[in-house]
Amino acid sequence: MDEILEILEDNARVSYREIADMTDLDEEKVKKKIDEYLESGVIKKFKTVIDWEGAGEEKVYAVVDVKISPERGKGYDLIAKKISNFPQVKEVYLLSGEYDLSVLVEGENMREIAFFISDKLATIDRVYRTTTHFILKKYKEHGEILFEKERNHRLVVSP
Amino acid sequence: MISRNVEKIPPSGIRKFFELVIGADDVISLGVGEPDFVTPWEIRESAIYSLERGYTSYTSNYGLLGLREAISDQMYEKDGTFYDPEREILITCGVSEAYDLAIRTITDPKDEIIVVEPCYVSYQPCVTLSGGEPISLPTSMEDGFVPTPEEIEQRITDKTKAIVISYPNNPTGATMNKKRMEEIADIVSEYDLIVISDEIYDDLTYNEKHVSFSSLNGMKDRTILLNGFSKAYAMTGWRIGYLAANEEIVDGAVKIHQYSMICAPIISQMAAIEAIVSGEKGKMEMIREYNRRRRMVVKRLNEMELDIFEPKGAFYAFPSIKEYSGSEEFSERLLREKRVAVVPGNAFGECGEGFVRISYAASRETIIEAMDRIGEFLESLKR
Repeated sequence: MDEILEILEDNARVSYREIADMTDLDEEKVKKKIDEYLESGVIKKFKTVIDWEGAGEEKVYAVVDVKISPERGKGYDLIAKKISNFPQVKEVYLLSGEYDLSVLVEGENMREIAFFISDKLATIDRVYRTTTHFILKKYKEHGEILFEKERNHRLVVSP
Repeated sequence: MISRNVEKIPPSGIRKFFELVIGADDVISLGVGEPDFVTPWEIRESAIYSLERGYTSYTSNYGLLGLREAISDQMYEKDGTFYDPEREILITCGVSEAYDLAIRTITDPKDEIIVVEPCYVSYQPCVTLSGGEPISLPTSMEDGFVPTPEEIEQRITDKTKAIVISYPNNPTGATMNKKRMEEIADIVSEYDLIVISDEIYDDLTYNEKHVSFSSLNGMKDRTILLNGFSKAYAMTGWRIGYLAANEEIVDGAVKIHQYSMICAPIISQMAAIEAIVSGEKGKMEMIREYNRRRRMVVKRLNEMELDIFEPKGAFYAFPSIKEYSGSEEFSERLLREKRVAVVPGNAFGECGEGFVRISYAASRETIIEAMDRIGEFLESLKR
């Protein structure tokens, strides 16, 4: 596993200098490698994990199970792409099991999401069933625990 | 009221410094000899589960057989040395107890125990407490904080019983290569000695894999190997370690252990089993992170032009501050003027004078801030 990726996955704001210090490379080389990763698409983007609720913003999320009949020759991809294009849709996964796609939808309120699903998502050709689960609370997202951080109770000096 | 032996031993130099530090506000600390990670969740969860199932009793004096078997397997995997889980492994309350047991098991009054320094704070006092004579063997930065065979031989007398080593080393971060270990093993055989090898940091090496002293030819029978779960699995507060040696020594150690401790806490023993079963991934992640911090600290200390030997194990750097002042004065002033806690090197033996121990078991932010402040402090001393 590349050490630079491991460092950046945990914290995208670590400076070139800091990464260089931690990996025994020089800053130029670190910058070059990160540019290469961006170029090749290994690094897609640098984003921020935000607890919107904590920031006082109201947002509503729903996980929607979607059942579709795949198209000959194209499988699920074309419909998945169609769904992915909606800006309200944040994540789309193809799953094994009873349903085919799992879609994470974001909205200002429940009504907005309900409208999006009934008006846009469910009416897409070949989508023949949806089940909507509203998210009540987020505990962990992108590997980050969203409630209060655990404290270490170490003494200040120990042998 | 107190015995002469107790009177003879000094309080730990770290304790003294600790009193100073707790009196000061908003100190950032590189003075801690334990991981800054909390014990991985799977391990904690298994301890909770064992409580729920009612595991609250004593265990065998030796410790749970399941844990001894898991340790035996792990040791065999590491370097092919087999310890019989039924007779050659004793579970203790941390390596501190294991060390005390090792010393008390083999020491008669006036026996000399050679202690390689700088070293952990308890090595000499435990020898004194059991009536033996600790013989200091100082090492130097020039020799990589590793003793030479000649230095050992010079200290051997007809009263010498054992030699105490600990690599990877606290406080220096030094490791010992296999060749030097073999040279020492030759002396140990020649003079019929015992080696007490504290290998609590064995997993924390950054260049070469650690070689256990007992895995050297003929050394299993002469080695009392000490290890535990504190450092590699971030389990310091669980107080769980072990002593591995030949049956005769373990039998002796169990006698002391059964009259003093009875057994290590069952909850900690259950958690330790889980650590071996599922802790590998978490451990490797921690080791990789320590390595990043190690490089960062070494680089920064080098930029400050401090004389430093590159630490290859544990989570400490041990730079020389001789050109500025003595260890204690340096640490106290750094604490007072820049609010950074490091540990004076002389807490680990006289030859640690002129050095300070910097622990990089701290968050990166803490390390960066502390390094900035140490840099400013050195500048102020130069003026």
